[in-house]
Amino acid sequence: MLSRKLTKKLGMHVMLVPFLIFALFPFYHMTLTSLKQNRELYDRTAVPLLIRQGPTLEHYQKLITDTSFLTWTKNSLLVTILATTVSLVIGTVAAYALARLKFFGVGSFGTGIFVTYLVPTSLLFLPLAQVVNWLGLADSKWSLVVTYPTFLVPFCTWLLMGYFRTVPKEVEECAMVDGATRIQALVRIVLPIAVPGLVCAALFAFTLSWNEFIYALTFTSSSEEITASVGVTSELIRGDIYFWGQLMAGAVLGSVPIVILYVFFLDYYVSGLTAGAVK
Amino acid sequence: MAIGNARIETAPYRPGLRDRFGEWLDRETILGPAFVTPALLLLVFLVAYPFGMAIYLSLSNAFIGRPSHLIGLQNFINLWQSDAFRQTFQNAFVFTGLAVAFKVVLGIWLALLLNEQLWFKRLIRGAVLLPWVIPTALSTLGWWWMFNSLYSVVNWTGINLGIMDPPGPNWLGQKYYAMAAVVAVNVWRGLPFFAITILAGLVAIPKELYEAAHTDGAGPVARFWYVTLPLLSPVLAIVILFSTIFTFSDFNIVFVLTHGGPINSTHLFATLARQVGLETGRLGEGAAISLYLFPVLVMVVYAQLRFVRKRAY
Repeated sequence: MLSRKLTKKLGMHVMLVPFLIFALFPFYHMTLTSLKQNRELYDRTAVPLLIRQGPTLEHYQKLITDTSFLTWTKNSLLVTILATTVSLVIGTVAAYALARLKFFGVGSFGTGIFVTYLVPTSLLFLPLAQVVNWLGLADSKWSLVVTYPTFLVPFCTWLLMGYFRTVPKEVEECAMVDGATRIQALVRIVLPIAVPGLVCAALFAFTLSWNEFIYALTFTSSSEEITASVGVTSELIRGDIYFWGQLMAGAVLGSVPIVILYVFFLDYYVSGLTAGAVK
Repeated sequence: MAIGNARIETAPYRPGLRDRFGEWLDRETILGPAFVTPALLLLVFLVAYPFGMAIYLSLSNAFIGRPSHLIGLQNFINLWQSDAFRQTFQNAFVFTGLAVAFKVVLGIWLALLLNEQLWFKRLIRGAVLLPWVIPTALSTLGWWWMFNSLYSVVNWTGINLGIMDPPGPNWLGQKYYAMAAVVAVNVWRGLPFFAITILAGLVAIPKELYEAAHTDGAGPVARFWYVTLPLLSPVLAIVILFSTIFTFSDFNIVFVLTHGGPINSTHLFATLARQVGLETGRLGEGAAISLYLFPVLVMVVYAQLRFVRKRAY
């Protein structure tokens, strides 16, 4: 006979099952579709939940040889890495100033950062498109490197400010008593302590810019300049005939970099998610 | 700082230019502004300036590739006379209300489950959080395929379980079903944020309170209602405020899944703004539509600053 405790524990797991199916089924179905032969994919009598007639990598192969998918992925990587690096540097110094230094206007700057953190990208994409035109960056991936920091910097600043506040002031003061300047204290003492925060900010900035869609869709359009999300959603859909296998292969491959990071840094994602909102 | 100055005063040598620059830069009143300048420039030129421009555009008859002049509130008046906009206005509230309500209820439920003793705790958390990290535009493509009118796996499952009559609903082609589909995908994507954040709030509630309630004879429901929920309310308030602004301004899901259709029944401000402003070129009107997101932003910011965060920033 099962003890009451074990029964309760089993019950909890059973109640979690619908949530897990809801969360994971779309990914299962996408992957499955991308591996099916067209014959089975478009057979309305076949069971859609399984592969019965053997898997195939045909859709992936066609995606890579027949479309510019690799170019889009390269663009995504370039934009994401540059925007993340720039935002992390700008965000780190701004966060340090907000957390530690007293100067004229620090309060209103903090409020400004917080407000910008909440500004949705869909509020400003039309005028930003004009700004991008004036900068001569229309239909160029560099427009994304320039505009992504507008939402990444407030995010990084906000997250890192919380981390810097948890570093005891005394550690830094000790270093300065020993003759270090404030910048030296920041670089040699505070930043090494705040590494988990920096990793977290970098991961989120990477994820946010990899996943960004509306700016990429608005500011870039030619096949050489677009990112993976935009390429898969716009260029793989031609007219009324959809190549579902290829489309799902694109969606799966376009998510791979994020999935890799996610698998290795899950705990950072969990802590960053709560810190970004709650702190 | 005082100690630093004293050291310099008693120093036997005159500091060189580089040292003096370093010393000058080390003052908080100099270093602070120097550190925030890059971020400030970014916010001024790429956030504040475009925002001012959005207001100008919304008051002008701007059309892509043509000179514009101010026409006052004409765009806003025109919008109220257009069926598409009135429909969008209604959609935005229905979509946000439904999606946030579902996310709150399911989020609390899921967080309570995750807070129990579980096997494979880390794995389960990882699975739950996954929809939130995958690019939304791409995962929505998966949903688009799942709601396909001919090959919908949702309908196939429903029919085989006996819940639906064949052929099942045409999810993206019928008004109310399309809204249900868009809400479902938003809940799917936003639920992890609710669950994980609420879980953090749950973990922070002291165990003693539950024990005290238990000795006073409170059952599980009473404990949830009188201990968990009141102590969770600050976290819930923040999560709901955050989610409201980002659900209200959603673009990706509707753009990929329905493009606002059928007959504007799922358009949100962001998708309609894009259609009017870029696809038909009426930039002024598009900017005016986008600006309807602004009052919601102001309310959320005000509530966050006034009630949730007692500190200045």
